[in-house]
Amino acid sequence: MPTIENTTQEVLTLAEQHFKLAPGSLAASDDFFKKLGIDSLQTLELLSRLENHFNIELPDYEVQGVSDFKTLAERIQSRL
Amino acid sequence: MLDLTKYSSTGAALKDAVEKFANETCLIEADREREKERITYQEFGKRALALGRAMQDAGFQPADRASIIMTNQSKWLISAYAIFYSGGVLVPLDYKLTPAEHWQLLQHSGAKSLITEYSIWRLLSASPARSSVTNLQTVVVTEAPPNADLAGALRWEDFRSNEAPAFNPRDRKDVASIVYSSGTGGRPKGCMMTHENYLEQCVALTSLYPFWPGVRYLSILPTNHAIDFMVGFFGPFTCGACVVHLRTLRPEFVREGFTKYKIAYVSLVPLVLKNLQKGLQARFAELPPGKRKIFDKLVAINKALTKPHPRLWLSRRLLKDVHAAFGGELRAIIVGGAFTEPLTLQFFYDLGIPVANGYGLTEAGTAITVNDLHPFRADTVGKPLPGMEVKIVDPAPDGVGEVYVRSKTVMSGYLNDPELTAETIVDGWLRTGDLGKFDAQGHLHLSGRKKNMIVTEEGKNIYPEDIESVFESLPVKEFCVFAANYVWPRRSMVGEQLILAIHLENNQAFTEELKKDISQRNSRLLNYKRIHGIVLFDQDFPRTASLKIKRNALATLLAQLDRDHAILPL
Repeated sequence: MPTIENTTQEVLTLAEQHFKLAPGSLAASDDFFKKLGIDSLQTLELLSRLENHFNIELPDYEVQGVSDFKTLAERIQSRL
Repeated sequence: MLDLTKYSSTGAALKDAVEKFANETCLIEADREREKERITYQEFGKRALALGRAMQDAGFQPADRASIIMTNQSKWLISAYAIFYSGGVLVPLDYKLTPAEHWQLLQHSGAKSLITEYSIWRLLSASPARSSVTNLQTVVVTEAPPNADLAGALRWEDFRSNEAPAFNPRDRKDVASIVYSSGTGGRPKGCMMTHENYLEQCVALTSLYPFWPGVRYLSILPTNHAIDFMVGFFGPFTCGACVVHLRTLRPEFVREGFTKYKIAYVSLVPLVLKNLQKGLQARFAELPPGKRKIFDKLVAINKALTKPHPRLWLSRRLLKDVHAAFGGELRAIIVGGAFTEPLTLQFFYDLGIPVANGYGLTEAGTAITVNDLHPFRADTVGKPLPGMEVKIVDPAPDGVGEVYVRSKTVMSGYLNDPELTAETIVDGWLRTGDLGKFDAQGHLHLSGRKKNMIVTEEGKNIYPEDIESVFESLPVKEFCVFAANYVWPRRSMVGEQLILAIHLENNQAFTEELKKDISQRNSRLLNYKRIHGIVLFDQDFPRTASLKIKRNALATLLAQLDRDHAILPL
């Protein structure tokens, strides 16, 4: 199983690709709503992409209120 | 439906509905392609009463307050019924707020109990703001994994009793709910909604948009929102109808939900409706030229034939594929929470999908005006609902003035804020702060705001004072945030923006460094709360004896500046 550090890095890389950002422009502690200025629909698109990548199901309600990549990665890690 | 004029409380009406429609399905819950729940009114009542008794055993008394912070799901409605049955006051909070905001409102509301989901509780319980809340005694969490650390909360599945709870009747004038219309950052606006407010609103709304057993409503707008609470809970339940909850709002599963569950009604905010429009337009654009021509002709025929009023059966035949994509049973899309552009409304109506466009405020008890579809009018927000008195105060020569409302649906006041209540409800009339006028057909046209606020397309009310804390200690003499249209009134309900008015220190220059500081602070705000421009002002801000900024007086001074030149874009 990958470490939480690896998972976090993968989440950041995927988010950077998804929102067409330069590699390394996002950090684990970033609030993605504030940093990316995205709405809830765009967040759902990112979640779908993360699910496909990690081959897991991540219920919307389980990530409700999560706004930083670190916590998001932890929620993903617990399902790997 | 039940004759709601006979009831004195929401709890009493729901109690009778549970008995009268015992064998009808009231709730369906699905998670992606999996249906998780399908329960009857009888089962709904059983579960709610088991919870209600456990709450009562834990010390929950009539008139005590209990908050629900949950995503849209069956346990939301079960919990609400348990609270009403026990004679309690419901405090529905928006699950999308931050933990600090949740704790602030939990404290302000005086909630004694909280019912929430485990994933939300994880964030709430870890928040430092938890220590500031003194009133909360019982927390019940749903969907906690078996070995989860509940941080002092009780598990929903265990929190029940087989003994019958006491049914505690309430009077029509008693408070049923405290609904926060906004004010998470500064002055919480807790609207005290009475049982009468809900009973009267339900009668009025269902007279235009009826429910009956077997009819299904898809609940997407958060249930704490006045619209979903009414049309996604109280309305359908008092008519024996069914509410469908989807645990995911990803577009592919929502689309599937429409067809799988043959949805009749759904409520959306303008932003989502617009996205839906874009998606449909993209699909129409992909049609081969020949098919597109035929399709456009069918739309034109439908438009002509439904001009006087909707003809659902005809539209469903003429535009079969479009209606099939929505499940074939859709009767209307209810849109609310913010202003919807007429072109979007007309787009759906031309396809034979009526959009129930209206105008409302939480303070007025959901809706004030609604389009009755006879005929459909995309250019107005409809006519006043039965029982609503609406007048235009101090009209300008063109007839536009402030909209005032008097009705049994108007809230009893703001919780713990008699001053704001007195400013808002004058001689029994609710001052909406919105500007509008009536046309010859009795339709209301909204044309701007008189109050210092904006409403986003997602239906979020933003009060400038609530976001000022992010600019605290900004190195300037003084500052104040305004809605640009409040300072420079503009006859528009779209494109609203916030501005930051700054008074620099003597000899202080507006440097790039200061601009950068403002931009950085602004980026700490959620995107829809951000300011769009800066206005430099070279006089002292007018203040009260207690040194509070006199916002209206300052706005009058700022208004003397030329808007286009005064706003420096960020």
